[in-house]
This record gives sequence, C-alpha cells and structure tokens, in this order.
Amino acid sequence: MATTTAIDFRTLTLDAPLPLDSGRALAGVEMAYETYGELAADKSNAVLVCHALTGDQFVAGTNPVTGKPGWWERMVGPGKPIDTDRFHVICANVIGSCLGSTGPASAGPDGQPYAMEFPVITIRDMVRAQMAMLDALGIGRLHAVVGGSMGGMQALSCAANFPERTDRVLAIATTARHSAQNIAFHEMGRQAIMADPNWQGGNYYAGETPAKGLAVARMAAHITYLSEEGLTEKFGRRLQDRDAKSFGFDADFQVESYLRYQGLSFTDRFDANSYLYITRAMDYFDLAEEHGGLLADAFRGAKDTRFCLVSFDTDWLYTTADMREVVHALNAVAAPVSFVELSAPYGHDSFLLDVPALDRVVKGFLV
Amino acid sequence: MSALRPDLAKIAYMVPASSRVLDVGCGEGDLMEVLQLQKQCDARGMEIDAEQVAKAVSRGLSVVQGDANRDLADYPNGAFDVAVLSQTLQTAQRPDWLLEQLLRVGREAFVSFPNFAYWRMRLSLLRNGRMPISRHLPGSWYETANIHHLTIADFREFLSQRGVNISGSWFFADGREIGGRNANWRAEHAVFQLSR
Repeated sequence: MATTTAIDFRTLTLDAPLPLDSGRALAGVEMAYETYGELAADKSNAVLVCHALTGDQFVAGTNPVTGKPGWWERMVGPGKPIDTDRFHVICANVIGSCLGSTGPASAGPDGQPYAMEFPVITIRDMVRAQMAMLDALGIGRLHAVVGGSMGGMQALSCAANFPERTDRVLAIATTARHSAQNIAFHEMGRQAIMADPNWQGGNYYAGETPAKGLAVARMAAHITYLSEEGLTEKFGRRLQDRDAKSFGFDADFQVESYLRYQGLSFTDRFDANSYLYITRAMDYFDLAEEHGGLLADAFRGAKDTRFCLVSFDTDWLYTTADMREVVHALNAVAAPVSFVELSAPYGHDSFLLDVPALDRVVKGFLV
Repeated sequence: MSALRPDLAKIAYMVPASSRVLDVGCGEGDLMEVLQLQKQCDARGMEIDAEQVAKAVSRGLSVVQGDANRDLADYPNGAFDVAVLSQTLQTAQRPDWLLEQLLRVGREAFVSFPNFAYWRMRLSLLRNGRMPISRHLPGSWYETANIHHLTIADFREFLSQRGVNISGSWFFADGREIGGRNANWRAEHAVFQLSR
C-alpha cells in the first residue's frame, strides 16, 4: 500500500472516503507519513506525534525537503525524550496541508487542483484521517498521542473522540477552544492572502502564487509565536546593517528584516490555500461545543486515559488559563491528569525550543 | 525508594489500600509513589512549584500544578476517599478555608503540621526572645513560608468549634513517634485523621 511519490514522500491511500464534519466526504485521501524506530511485535509501543499549523511529517532526523533537521529533532530520536530506541514514532502530514497529504493543492476528481473546491475541514477531520491511517498500518492502540499547538488540539481531539485509541495524551502549549483573539489573528492572515491579486479566488496553481499575501500572513502569525520579552531581547530597537534610520520604508529595524525573512522563506515551502484551510480548522476548534457545550462531557470516555498538559508562562497565544480549563474538565471526570506551567522566555514557540524541563516531563510521562 | 518522613510514613500506613487519594502540596510525590506502589492507591497530587511538579510527572505520577489556596475549589465534592495535607497548613493564606475544602473533596483527611508549642520552641523563645528556627521550621521570620503558626491545642480547639471529628492523632519528636500524653509541649509535629 505504501508508495513513493516523485519528491520521495512516503504515502498511503485511505481505502474508504473520509467522512467530514461538514457533512461532505473526501475520497482517495492520501496520507504522507514517516515512522521512526521499530514497531514492537505486540504493537504496544506506537507513539503518534501530531504537527502544528505549518508542520510536516518529518519530525526527526533530517528533513529531505529542506535539508534541515526535523521540526522536533531535539525531542524525537534515539535516546531523546521521545526515544525511538523504545518507541515506534509515527508522524503524518495533516489533511489540508501541502507536504504530501491530500489538500487544496492536490488533484481533485477532475484532475485539476481542488483549490477552493476542497472541503472545509476540522481538527477532528484531521484526527479521523490519522486514525484511518493507523487502521491501514495495523495499529489499534497507541502508547501515546503527542502534540504541541495545533498538534495538541489533535491530541485532545483524539482523547475526546477516539479514547479507545490511546493510553496517554500529551498536549503542549495548546487549548481546547480557539479564542476570539486567536480567530482574529488568523482572519487577518487569511485576508492578507485573499487580498493578494495573485490569489485569483484560489486558482493560482498554473501561474504566480499569492506569495506576498502569504508572507504577510506568516509575519503576523509569527509575532504571536514569540513573547514581547523574547522579541526585545533578540532585536530591541537595533537597526539592520545601517548606522542611522533611513527616513524611508526599508527594513530599518532588525525585527522588520527578521519578519520579512520569515514571511518570504515560508512562501517557498507552504501553499497559501492550505494556510487558509488549516487556520479555518483551528478557528472552528471548540471541543466543548462539539460535545454539547460542556468540556467535561468531551472527556467522559477518556477517564482512564493518562493526560499530561504543559503550558508556558510567556505563551500569550494559548495561555495557562486556557490549559487550566482542560485540567478542570479532566478533574471533573476524574481522569488521571498532570499539568505543569513551565517557565521559558520564548513565548508559544517554547515547545519547539531548548526547554530542559519540558524534556524531563515528556520523557517521564511516556515511561 | 527513599525512606518517608515520619509523618508521611504514618499517613501511608493509615491510608486504606486501593483508595483514591489527593495529596495537596505533594512536592516531588514521595508519598504518592509509596501509596501507588505499596497500597495500589489511585493517587493524585497538587503542587505549586513547577520544578517539583516536573519531577513528580517524570516519576510517572499524576500531579497538577496549582495553588491549594485557590485551585482546590476546582475539584468536585467527594472526589477522593482521602485528602492529604502534610506540613502545608501553616503556609496557607486561609487555613480554615483550606481545611473546609479538604473535607469537601475528600471523605476523610490527613493533616500534619509542625507544633509551635513544642518545648524547644518555647524554650528558644523564652531564652532568646526571637522567632525560633528549627529543623521543621527553618527560615527567618521575614522569608518563611509559614505564615500561620499553630499549636496542637489550637488545632484541637479549631476542630471542635467546627464540628470536625478526629478519628486518629499521632505525634512525633526527634524523628520518632511519641505517645499522646502532653503532646502540646512534647511533640515537634503532629498528624491528625479527620472527617465530617
């Protein structure tokens, strides 16, 4: 079933159409995935790692597309906190994305890219697709599902909707519900993409891409991933390659230059329509709403699942208060839950960066 | 497994096997680990210090970082068979509120605290006229976390005023259990088993 595409993505095709929250179904879904470490004979050591908004399946080792280390290389690998000498780590590109799994840039039934004909998807749809992928891989029950940010949403969604599929849930720097502020930042990014003349109602695949709009979207989002303290420490008001202000609109400040670079380099690797669809899925995410309005009801089936939740004191995107709501709901159903707010200077991005206390928590929780 | 502090060892001995236990102020989870391994309890912890929570989680324990002065209110009534508060009562902002919460979330509670009326404390205060510093109460008056010192006599009076039943009490000095006679001056710290 596993096939290899031209760019060497390892993929499998789901046998049945994937039912979606919108009421539609998606046929012929391809899932691009990677695995690290051996699967035990009794299949008891599988760990599903879920990636964030712009992430991919290359969690460890070297990313063959970029040539850079995998996005969580510091956490996943031999002898690392998610130890691939012990665990069979699986990471799949989410549906709606553009790094091998079916998304708006993939060919639709008519052979043309779906573009805006792609159905609007949800976090739960992403999880459904991954569960179907696990079925195809013959893995019934996971040792753990792990994720940060949007990956954490998937981990919580997995606990709520497929509690029988995992023994443990480790959700980092995430939330059970996108707030008005979260939605507002995403909407700004989407409007930037759609305001780019190259967007063309999403039908840009044959011509120029809306790279300028996508870059602005990324710049805005990137600010939300950092703390004010972190930005001040990294850039302050320092000027970029000059001794004085230019009295123009060049990137005078280092922080401007940095954001422009972040925006631009992002457009090389990410599809603008995927950005629209995935941010939409995150905005629609509200675990309580999915389960009749009470968050505790979302976790009724998961009272025997072990949870570990981690927030960071400088993360203003998904805050400790957001996480405490999840803790509260899990206490209400008496699920075994651990929670810790770690101190780190990097804002939301802390979950990806050098925070030794996080390494210890992850390692200890997965034992 | 390291040896437990004498008050924790007594609590570990007294907690019924297979019960659901909440350890408030659990530190790195020494008591929880013993309860899970030796008495098959379902033990949960609450601890304010992030580093200690991280260590407890890395031991495979379920610990929520939180401030007992506030977050205990988040637990449902009777969620636990036993609630434990060891050497923490004297650090609470409102010990009376904390004790009410403890007896609300747990059907019974074990509470241990250092006895400020211990004879060495009395002697130190009498002799030096300064706030005593001891093994169980280290730290100077301005930096100590112990903001509500109490004695065994104070605690008994408090419990009787509030109609809390004492099902058991144990007393310790110099790391050993001692009898209950004249405990208010002989005991360095005390453990009480309480219920409503």
